[in-house]
Amino acid sequence: MLETVSEPRAGQIEAVPEAHLSAYRFMLRARLLDEKFAALYRAGKIHGGVFLGRGQEALSVALGISLNKSDVFAPLIRDGAGRLAFGENILDAVRTYLGSSLGPMRGRDGNVHRGNPQAGYLPMISHLGAMVSVVNGVLFARRMKGITGMVGAACLGDGATSTGAFHEALNQAAVEKLPLVLVVADNQYAYSTPTSRQFACESLADRAVGYGIGSHTVDGTDLTACLKIVGGAMANARAGGGPQLVVAKLLRLCGHGEHDDANYIDPKLKNSSLGRDCLKYAEETILKNKWSAAAQFAIWRNEAVEEIEEAVAQVQREPTPDPFAEEWTALSTKHLIEGNI
Amino acid sequence: MSLTYLDAICEAQAHALRDDPRVFIYGQDVGAFGGAFKATKNLAKEFPGRVIDSPISEDAMVGLAVGAAIEGMRPIIEMQFADFSTVGFNQIVNQAATLFWRTNVSCPITVRLPFGGTSGGGPFHSQSLETIYAHYPGLIVLTPATVEDAYSMLLEAVAIDDPVIFCEHKFLYRHLKAEKLPSEALPIGKARIAREGRDLTIVAYSAMVQDALEAAEELATEGWEVEVVDLRSVKPLDTDTVMASVSRTGKLLAVGESWPWGGVTAEVIARVTSEGYGLLDAPPQRLNAKDTPVPYHPNLWAAHRPTVRSIGAAARKILRH
Repeated sequence: MLETVSEPRAGQIEAVPEAHLSAYRFMLRARLLDEKFAALYRAGKIHGGVFLGRGQEALSVALGISLNKSDVFAPLIRDGAGRLAFGENILDAVRTYLGSSLGPMRGRDGNVHRGNPQAGYLPMISHLGAMVSVVNGVLFARRMKGITGMVGAACLGDGATSTGAFHEALNQAAVEKLPLVLVVADNQYAYSTPTSRQFACESLADRAVGYGIGSHTVDGTDLTACLKIVGGAMANARAGGGPQLVVAKLLRLCGHGEHDDANYIDPKLKNSSLGRDCLKYAEETILKNKWSAAAQFAIWRNEAVEEIEEAVAQVQREPTPDPFAEEWTALSTKHLIEGNI
Repeated sequence: MSLTYLDAICEAQAHALRDDPRVFIYGQDVGAFGGAFKATKNLAKEFPGRVIDSPISEDAMVGLAVGAAIEGMRPIIEMQFADFSTVGFNQIVNQAATLFWRTNVSCPITVRLPFGGTSGGGPFHSQSLETIYAHYPGLIVLTPATVEDAYSMLLEAVAIDDPVIFCEHKFLYRHLKAEKLPSEALPIGKARIAREGRDLTIVAYSAMVQDALEAAEELATEGWEVEVVDLRSVKPLDTDTVMASVSRTGKLLAVGESWPWGGVTAEVIARVTSEGYGLLDAPPQRLNAKDTPVPYHPNLWAAHRPTVRSIGAAARKILRH
């Protein structure tokens, strides 16, 4: 029903070759890092689950690359590319998956549950939709402090749009006119549940009308389109246009986690335009436009593989958490810990 | 001048807003209207832009507070009734309560819960939820029983770097009065001997302290000297003060307004039994509400929760052991 209601201002956010190439390299690094995590999982080297972003790198990177360091970012489980583009280093990703005590989560939480709140990089809890109002809170507080020109971004899948938290937070952002960009990866399945069992509206983007916020749809398999639409939505929010909902259609090209063979995915979807691999399509776009040569892809790939292998080798030598050194308290106020009173 | 428990809560918030620019209040009807119970009366006018009406979205209210806390603010969230905090439960127990442990970034939010029974409140405007919040690691749960504590503990709650669940009893709002606000107070985490006695220790918190004190007065006319311990904070729980009291009396009754399965009274009895078994001259007992939703009609409501009468009866049973 709704088309993009807000185009980026001419010349402001363009999928120029440099932006496209830079985004592609983050996508490639994220894909290769995911593949390494999957390999480590199969080798029994990772405790708990492994969750990949295969098929969602274009959308995710478009968001991460459009954010400034002073913005706020609450990624979800398939946002490896966006995380790297926002500035996460590969070492901290590997440390969280392998439980290094030198990592940001120190073995207390793992895999995709990582971040650095004080750097505006919020670590997700597992309850879907719950991070959106937290992003609102950071934006709300910054506005109280007189900070302007910044945005907050949160990522969700189609399944998370069914939660009460999603509704409450989006409505709250609308009431407060916060510079929130909410990116929904409509990847056709929430774990095994198809979208037909998740929502009954034609497009999730239609919901924006009900909240009174900006609405955008994009082909999530097309990096060029993602850079343009996500960048435009962000520019709107940054300029004071209030919350923006971006809905990208794509297909998850993996299981929910690596434990899931995803045999429920309809083969017709795989063969449809939704099933196009965004990484391959980004490469084709680069070659077609002669922005770079195929030989360069191999160089970038090798560089990324080397960086990842070095990170894994380093983290495997790092200390793991020691239960005897663990403080075993959830309170920061030490004098209120029972036994200290 | 006489101040109510509710005045104390309003004054503490005014004090916090005046002293600390990081403090703001967010909740339903808290702005110009002054809150459903008038706990934020005149504050929106006195502190423009810092006492803010929220949509009816308990989940998003707490989520916003956590985000603001990450950004260095000290939000106070008013739940209109404690009962509705269950809609924001996930953000309280999974987001706020885990943040410091996960990330080393503290989460100084205060969630005010007007709780407890008043006649006619019914099942969804009467609940006591201190037990369920105390169960989760990472939360401080406070239950002031006096005007003075309502004031000083709320001020301290806002200053604490961890999420605080501040349980303020709706019956006490207008029932309790004091002449002036305190200039000093016991620190959070310390229980208070509300009445001294040698024959039995009654451990209570919030409104039940007042009922326990009345019961103790009655028992005094029968010759029994009952000691009443006001826990003040149910988490952390001051086991030392409770044990010291039981070591003097040898008998224990724990009284709570919440439901009987598990909970604060069970925790008190478990701790005393396991750490102070030898101090007890009689089996410790506890008294809670009945195991049903809180009824609407005064006849049922008064029989549902512990009362001066039922506390007295339970006490006599232990005293005659």
